[in-house]
Amino acid sequence: MHRFANPTQFMRIANAIYPWAAGLCVLLFAAAIPIALVFSPPDYQQGDTVRIMYVHVSSAWLMMMIYGIIAANSAMFLIWRHPMANLMAKASAPMGAIFCALALITGMLWGKPMWGAFWVWDARLTSTLILFFLYLGYIALSDAFEDSERGDKAAAILALVGSVNIPIIHFSVEWWNTLHQPSIIKDGNMSVDPALRLPLFLMMGAFTMFYFAVLILRLRSELLAAKIRNARLSQVADASAPQPAE
Amino acid sequence: MSAFTALLARDLHLALRQSADSFTVVAFFAIATVLFPFGVGPEAEVLARIAAGVLWVAALLAALLSLDRVFTVDFEDGSLDQLLLNGQSLTLMVLAKVAAHWLTTGVPLIIMSPVMAVTLQLPAEGYGVLVLALILGTPTVSLIGALGAALVLGSRRGGVLLSLLVLPLYIPVLIFGTAAVEAAITGMPSGPMLSVLAGLALIAVTLCPLGTAAALRQAAE
Repeated sequence: MHRFANPTQFMRIANAIYPWAAGLCVLLFAAAIPIALVFSPPDYQQGDTVRIMYVHVSSAWLMMMIYGIIAANSAMFLIWRHPMANLMAKASAPMGAIFCALALITGMLWGKPMWGAFWVWDARLTSTLILFFLYLGYIALSDAFEDSERGDKAAAILALVGSVNIPIIHFSVEWWNTLHQPSIIKDGNMSVDPALRLPLFLMMGAFTMFYFAVLILRLRSELLAAKIRNARLSQVADASAPQPAE
Repeated sequence: MSAFTALLARDLHLALRQSADSFTVVAFFAIATVLFPFGVGPEAEVLARIAAGVLWVAALLAALLSLDRVFTVDFEDGSLDQLLLNGQSLTLMVLAKVAAHWLTTGVPLIIMSPVMAVTLQLPAEGYGVLVLALILGTPTVSLIGALGAALVLGSRRGGVLLSLLVLPLYIPVLIFGTAAVEAAITGMPSGPMLSVLAGLALIAVTLCPLGTAAALRQAAE
């Protein structure tokens, strides 16, 4: 694994993966969107609103997977000081926050026809909202310092603290929710009909490939930005260096 | 251990010399609580219904206000570097700082809470459990808060950032702290909630100082 700490090595592999991820993303979306939005049958209870699920569940899946990736990379960064692990975590965070927001928004849009209100204090909605705040805190902390390295390390520690806390928060919220709202909402263990399962898995695959493709693009531009910064610095250093005496 | 007591004694000494700091926290707790009857109306039933939650939220916010001085002064005058260099376990030093913070802000809040509960018409059955829940819950608040304070040390806009980092992590304490008092009022057993609060405190006391120590090392680099 330590081989991948070298940015050149890492990017060689990442660049090889990129066309596959991007291609699969396009293919899966091309299959998933028509099947999910047109050809799959409407739910017998929820009708066409069930189609929100394809976007909602996929976003929720990514927001959790991305937090896991951030936490794992933060641990690698703190233990072995791999710069690439830090870049991965930093590049992933805004995407995680966006998918978290998407899951919240689609959840609210789904909640209106299903529960009759945009927002109910459902355990999972509440946990997602808290996860969104954790993402915001992570992003805010990582660029709160003049010295960017200090921000990276503080944010990495925060990500690990969050990974310990997320299960505790989730459990507390679930318990709190059952205390206050006995069985109003029962999407708890919805079993998905096979006819709806195929488009759901296609959509989740498409979302995941989208994340990997954009992550590689972000890493690439992050490394290029560092290169440009270094080139500028050495240019300035050359220009301001004292001329050799003649 | 002597280093632990020495640091604790030093911090308590400093806090006593500047007792205005602790006083401000308690005053904030009082005024924040007093605002609620103006917001929701003076009806006794409404106030009694929300009393436990209001007291807990006000206590969390008051504790939050006091967090930035846990490490900032030491960070600015160089004492923090001394702590890092003195060869003692940094985790233990962190525990001493947290204990001092709890004694100077947590304990005054606990003492003040029954008084504020009276103004919110908390039913008589709730008082004992409220104090007990605060005794079990406020150490967690100080421990998580110190971790947040160490993370934002030396940042721009530290205070606002600190609340964004720390408040989501306070939610479990808030849920079980409030639930314990509500259980006592409605005649349910509050023991399970108090046990969970104690459990949260135990998790926090084992894990938070490690994270805080790591964050302090980064800050001093």
